[in-house]
Amino acid sequence: MTAPAQPADSLKTDIVVYLCILALSGVQVLLAYQHAEGAQLLVRMLAVALIQAGLAVMFFMHLHAEQRNLKLALIPGTIFVVLMMNMIWSDSFRLLHMSPFAK
Amino acid sequence: MSEANLPLGAHAPGILEASPFAIPSKKLVMWLFIISDAVTFAAILFAYGYIKNASPNWPEPFKFSPSILNVMLMTFILVSSSLTMLIATRAAKAADKAGALRWTFITVAGGILFALLHIREWFALIGEGVRLFQNPWGSPLFGATFFAITGLHLTHVIGGVIALTVVAFGYKRGRYKADDIEIWSLYWHFVDLVWMFVVPMVYLLNVAR
Repeated sequence: MTAPAQPADSLKTDIVVYLCILALSGVQVLLAYQHAEGAQLLVRMLAVALIQAGLAVMFFMHLHAEQRNLKLALIPGTIFVVLMMNMIWSDSFRLLHMSPFAK
Repeated sequence: MSEANLPLGAHAPGILEASPFAIPSKKLVMWLFIISDAVTFAAILFAYGYIKNASPNWPEPFKFSPSILNVMLMTFILVSSSLTMLIATRAAKAADKAGALRWTFITVAGGILFALLHIREWFALIGEGVRLFQNPWGSPLFGATFFAITGLHLTHVIGGVIALTVVAFGYKRGRYKADDIEIWSLYWHFVDLVWMFVVPMVYLLNVAR
C-alpha cells in the first residue's frame, strides 16, 4: 500500500519553517539572559520550545498532511502522558522544603 | 470478483487488513516508535527538572563563550540538517536518486559534525572536573543528569547517522525505496525536535551570570 498523495509543501515553506525555528532558538538565548525569575523563565522557555516542536512535527514531519485519525491517535495520548508526568513536580518542592535539606 | 482480477495494491476483503491511517505500516511503526521515544525523553527531562528543583545548590556553569556559543552552533547544524533531510526526501519522492543521496549524505555529515562538537564539549566539562557524581560547583547530581540527557540524545544522533547511511546505500543499490528515506527522515526530525527541549532545559536555564 502506498501513501496517499500529500499536499505538496513547497521548498519555500520548508525554508520559512526552518528560519522560524532558528529564530525561535535565538529568542530562547535572549530569554536566558533576561533576569527573569526561575519558574517564569522555565515557562517562557518551554512555551518557545513547544512552538518549535509544533512547527517541526507539523511541517518537517508533515503530520499536518496526514489523516485526522492519525493525528488523533498520536497527539492526545502523548499530551496526556506528559501531563501525568507533571504530577511529580509537587513532590520535588516537598523534597526541597523537608528531608533531606530541611534545616 | 476473483482475487486475480483485483487491481495492484488492492486486496480481497479479509485477506489483508487496510492500514487504519492510510500510511505504510513501516511509517506507522516509526510514528509509534517516535511517540514512545518522546515519552522516554519527557520522563528523563521531568526527572532532571525534579532533581534540579529539589537541589538547593544546582550549578550554573555554562558561560556564553564557549558553552552557549557552542550550543548555538550545534543547534544551527542540527536544524540545518533537518532542512537538508527534507530536501533529500523531496528528491527521493521525485525519483532523483543522485539528489536524494547527495542531500542524505550532507545530512549525515551534519550529524557527524554535531556529534563531534558534542563530544568536544563533554571533554571540556570533564577537563573542568565534572564527573557523574561530582563536580566543582554544587549538587553532585549535575554530572549524572547532564551526561544522561545529552548522552541519550547523542546516542540517538549517532544511531540516526548510522541508519541514514545504511538506508542511503540501500537506496542506491535499490534495496530501499523513497518511502524508506522519508520514514527515516521522520526519525531525524525527531532527534532535532528533542534537542529543542534539551537546549533550554539543560543549558539555557543554567547559564553562568
